[in-house]
Amino acid sequence: MIETLEKPKTSTGKTLRTEEMIVNMGPQHPSTHGVLRLEVVLDGEIVTDVIPHLGYLHRCFEKHCEHMTSYQQVIPYVDRMDYVASMTNEMAYVVAAEKLLKIEVCDRVHYIRIIMAELQRIASHLIAIGTFGIDMGAFTPFLYYFRDREKILELFEMTCGARLLYNYMWIGGLSHDIPPQFVEKTKEFIVGFKKTLQEVNDLLNYNEIFIKRTANVGILPKDLAINYACSGPMLRGSGVNWDLRRDDPYTMYDKFEWDVIVGKGEMGTVGDVWDRNMVRQLEMWESLRIIEQAIATLPEGDVSKAIPKRIRPVPGDAYGRVEGPRGELGVYIIAEDSVTPYRIKARAPAFVNLSVITEISKGAMLADLVAIMGSIDIVLGEVDR
Amino acid sequence: MNELKLLLENPIVMSVLLAFVPIVFILVYALVTLYGEMKVAAHIQNRLAYMENGWHGTLQPFADILKLLQKEDIIPTAADKFLFSLAPYLVFVGTYASFAVLPFSSGFIGSNIDLGILYLVAASSLVVVGLLMSGWASNNKWSLFGSLRSAAQIVSYEIPGVLAILGVVMVLGTMNMQTMTQMQDGGIQNWLIFGGNFALGQKLALIPFMFILFVIYLLSSMAEVNRTPFDLPEAESELVQGYNTEYSGMKFAIFYLAEYANLFLVSAVVVILFFGGWTSPFGSFMGGPVWSAFWFIMKGMFFVFVNIWLRWTLPRLRVDQLMYVSWKVLTPFALFCIIAIGFIMVV
Repeated sequence: MIETLEKPKTSTGKTLRTEEMIVNMGPQHPSTHGVLRLEVVLDGEIVTDVIPHLGYLHRCFEKHCEHMTSYQQVIPYVDRMDYVASMTNEMAYVVAAEKLLKIEVCDRVHYIRIIMAELQRIASHLIAIGTFGIDMGAFTPFLYYFRDREKILELFEMTCGARLLYNYMWIGGLSHDIPPQFVEKTKEFIVGFKKTLQEVNDLLNYNEIFIKRTANVGILPKDLAINYACSGPMLRGSGVNWDLRRDDPYTMYDKFEWDVIVGKGEMGTVGDVWDRNMVRQLEMWESLRIIEQAIATLPEGDVSKAIPKRIRPVPGDAYGRVEGPRGELGVYIIAEDSVTPYRIKARAPAFVNLSVITEISKGAMLADLVAIMGSIDIVLGEVDR
Repeated sequence: MNELKLLLENPIVMSVLLAFVPIVFILVYALVTLYGEMKVAAHIQNRLAYMENGWHGTLQPFADILKLLQKEDIIPTAADKFLFSLAPYLVFVGTYASFAVLPFSSGFIGSNIDLGILYLVAASSLVVVGLLMSGWASNNKWSLFGSLRSAAQIVSYEIPGVLAILGVVMVLGTMNMQTMTQMQDGGIQNWLIFGGNFALGQKLALIPFMFILFVIYLLSSMAEVNRTPFDLPEAESELVQGYNTEYSGMKFAIFYLAEYANLFLVSAVVVILFFGGWTSPFGSFMGGPVWSAFWFIMKGMFFVFVNIWLRWTLPRLRVDQLMYVSWKVLTPFALFCIIAIGFIMVV
């Protein structure tokens, strides 16, 4: 971090009177990744305080869910929370609902869900790193990554007809089985994608200017990350070895062999912006490993066998959580004796991760604030819900 | 016929006509570069850029200009109207005035003055005043940030840039840009980057220093025209659009035009200082006034291309790192080179 500069002295020895400036970053600002508004107090170029103002994209998601005609109708709504990782949202809701209803689904459903969730994680990380590159002034890696994200979206489109908001994972199964050419196309994608990953590593992540901009910036220490309940790459970037896929295995993640990526402070301090970005970059390799294993051992089965015709659970509650691209995404459902949920609460990782911004950006420069915000990887749809 | 001849001999008419040559060049060049930048960027990024208007979208720059011309010219109510309107023209005038001393070919130079390069440095500094004016008059905090950054950056980078020019002036012993070019005539081996037209020992001794000076000038010229990796004044991810956030319509177009003109200007200076200006790389083959104009513009466009190439490849520096590069890296190296060149030229 940069220490605050001394106030300049005039020739008579008295210090000049300087004022702090308050600027509004957003809601219409190119690097707030949506409609976030940050009230930034600046001393020259140095940030002395940041106050985030949320709610510009609030769509009453939780209230809406109470007024559906069935539990299934919540799924399209869940899609619209974190709109760049819809599959993961569905997975969180479906895991919670199946826990509530005590439905067991067949292995094929689990496997396909894992493939979809990991593809979605890659797609989401591609946006995260790409837009982070734009925040740093490098536009080209963004388009390289979008080219490959397009291929993932084509895979999704091939499977369920939608490119962004899928309504694919249903309670007790899936809306469609994967098409016959899916496996082959996925293998094709993996081969091409590994090249792009390497290319962008050379172009962006190990670029000297990029390292200068990101190393030792926005350091989030281990204890602070835990105290603020950060999760996902935010937490792992700070050196905490915690991943729900391994530590609280839902669906069938325990069947696969992969590693949890943890920030090591390779270029600077553990928990700096570079580490967080690199955790995302390396996690994509791990996701590819999981996908490769899953498509190699994909079991047979009927994906729509366990879908219930009508859902009316016994009163009770259930909390399902998954490791989304941004961290722990939890859905808490309270059921009463009715066909609609009494209450649904989503624990949005981006919202929780964003709360740490004031703490880690004090004393940074204005350009660092942009870097920090990019490394938190917020999606306003999820922050505001 | 006689009357026309008389009219052409009138110095006022002649100088007006002469002044029109650079502006026509700038306009044509800006259209080409507008198109070129989009196409180069697109091909670097694996896309096609515009393909609809004309063959491969060649008519698109005209459409862009037409669009900007008919846009409403908005002046914010809280802005200082006079300064706000004056700023873009001042920026353009600073750049345009510098074109007067550029030797476009062996047969054409706007004004063949002896202090050519000094005049060029001085005139192009006028740009800073315009940028500061635009940032202040916009009454927008982001614009103010952008213009202050820009002023600090341009003033800082002028020092290593001018020191690099000084090194070349010491070698050639003249500030007249036409003479500078003529001294490098006679083929590629006489360009200053390859040691210039000197005896072999001196030539070999000069090459490393010339190369360092070339890199220093190239970097500081990139900073002076606010291109990536030094594009902090208009860092769109931090400052929205920097000093020209509030500008629209024709005023915005003028800023754009000035930026592109400035880009060619600094590229041309690189060419004149280190790459032999309008001289042909093959000695007298493909020489002469017309060919020399061709070589000058081609070499200039090559460095414009280098700028575009870097812009779409590199991330952006932070403001303190930018100052660090200027004051603690480029300036000491430039000073060292000047001392070394002094020794070489005396011995």
